[in-house]
Amino acid sequence: MNDLWAGLSQAFWLLVTLDADLVEITLRSLRVTLTALVVACAIALPLAAFLAVRRFRMRRATIAVLNALMGLPPVVVGLVVYVFLSRAGPFGVFGLLFTPTAMIIAQVIIVVPLVASVAHQSLRELWSDYHDLLISMNATQFQRIQALLWDGRRALLTAALAGFGRAIGEVGAIMVVGGNIDHATRVLTTAIALETGKGEFAMALGLGFVLIALAIAVNLAIHWLGRTESEGRW
Amino acid sequence: MQLFPLKATGAQVRRRGKVLVGPVDLTLGGQGTSIIIGPNGAGKTTLLKMLHGIVRMNGGRLDWACPLEEAQKHQAFVFQTPVMMRRSVIDNIAYPLRLTGSSRRQARSRAADWASRVGLGEILERQATMLSGGERQKLALARALVRDPQVLFLDEPCAALDGRATREIEEILAQAAGSGTRLIMSTHNMGQARRLADEVIFVLQGRIHEFRPAAEFFAGPETAQARAFLNGDIVE
Repeated sequence: MNDLWAGLSQAFWLLVTLDADLVEITLRSLRVTLTALVVACAIALPLAAFLAVRRFRMRRATIAVLNALMGLPPVVVGLVVYVFLSRAGPFGVFGLLFTPTAMIIAQVIIVVPLVASVAHQSLRELWSDYHDLLISMNATQFQRIQALLWDGRRALLTAALAGFGRAIGEVGAIMVVGGNIDHATRVLTTAIALETGKGEFAMALGLGFVLIALAIAVNLAIHWLGRTESEGRW
Repeated sequence: MQLFPLKATGAQVRRRGKVLVGPVDLTLGGQGTSIIIGPNGAGKTTLLKMLHGIVRMNGGRLDWACPLEEAQKHQAFVFQTPVMMRRSVIDNIAYPLRLTGSSRRQARSRAADWASRVGLGEILERQATMLSGGERQKLALARALVRDPQVLFLDEPCAALDGRATREIEEILAQAAGSGTRLIMSTHNMGQARRLADEVIFVLQGRIHEFRPAAEFFAGPETAQARAFLNGDIVE
């Protein structure tokens, strides 16, 4: 209990004094997570709409695999990305290992199935509403996907937020591919793991509370910007 | 573009081994309003959707006077339960124009004009899903008519509407018919059928039992089933 109070007061002081290390780590966490989220959404949302609209032979199997991939163990993803990006790996020449870019790649791989699956659930329902109308209007496949993505944007926001939640709290994969290097690849979650390992529970808890506050703040900001709860909107 | 005559030859729709419609042999000319009547489950909606091309046929042929791709560009469909896109009234009506490449400005300007014509001019920016049943059906009509279709299919467009809303919809339909749009519509409302029909298609168990000019049909149906239906008896 003492650790908890100490953690809270540590978090308070870190925030009030705008601790330079905390600001750096927090901004890096945000940059890595939001970049990964944007890239993941750019892949996952059109994929979800495509799966809702298009009928093809392996569609059910593809959806089942996508749903199964939601449970990808992050540490395994990190390991695979590590192998690909290491000097001996096929992409070693790019020198990306232990950089924020490597962390973004790992997070994209983890987040895409989650965002795509959640988005697909919403878009499938919307497509069942729109199916006859859009076919009747002779909308092309691309136009159907566009309509679903635009009209389903509020529901897709939820999918994106789920992805953000997964990415911001991720530690296993980015620890492996980022290396938790001070002033280079250290982010909130890896810093918490480090402080816990050192026995600095107050500091670890302080960073933990900052992480939770950050996640809530970003969620609220996105809800507010998207006006999700406004009357008569979606 | 000359769409008609529309000729169905042995056209059939089956699902899970059950024949929903057909075989249908029918030739529709390019003038007037055709009303499809029949009891619940007779196949009116499926027949309409089959003619429009949004239900896959399992047999037979459907031939327009022009290539199918061209014919599809000049058709529109109004569903019994109007589908409201999650957009404003004006963006719903503008959507079909946007699909064909109109600029947003052009499409919205034309959509605003159509919204006014159907009595939705005061609520252009309201979200479509917030509309009442009558307003939804007017929006669906405006959205269907905004591209000036040569043929408009309507599936019981006044099914859930009160008398006043029905009259307003019928006025819009009469204007559309007056400006040359071919109407093919199903209805349960015999009064509406008498008011609007130039020809009547009586459907029972997926088959066309009668297809005659409206005046002749209402004066004296040829089949016992049609007579019973007009008398309000239960026909199956």
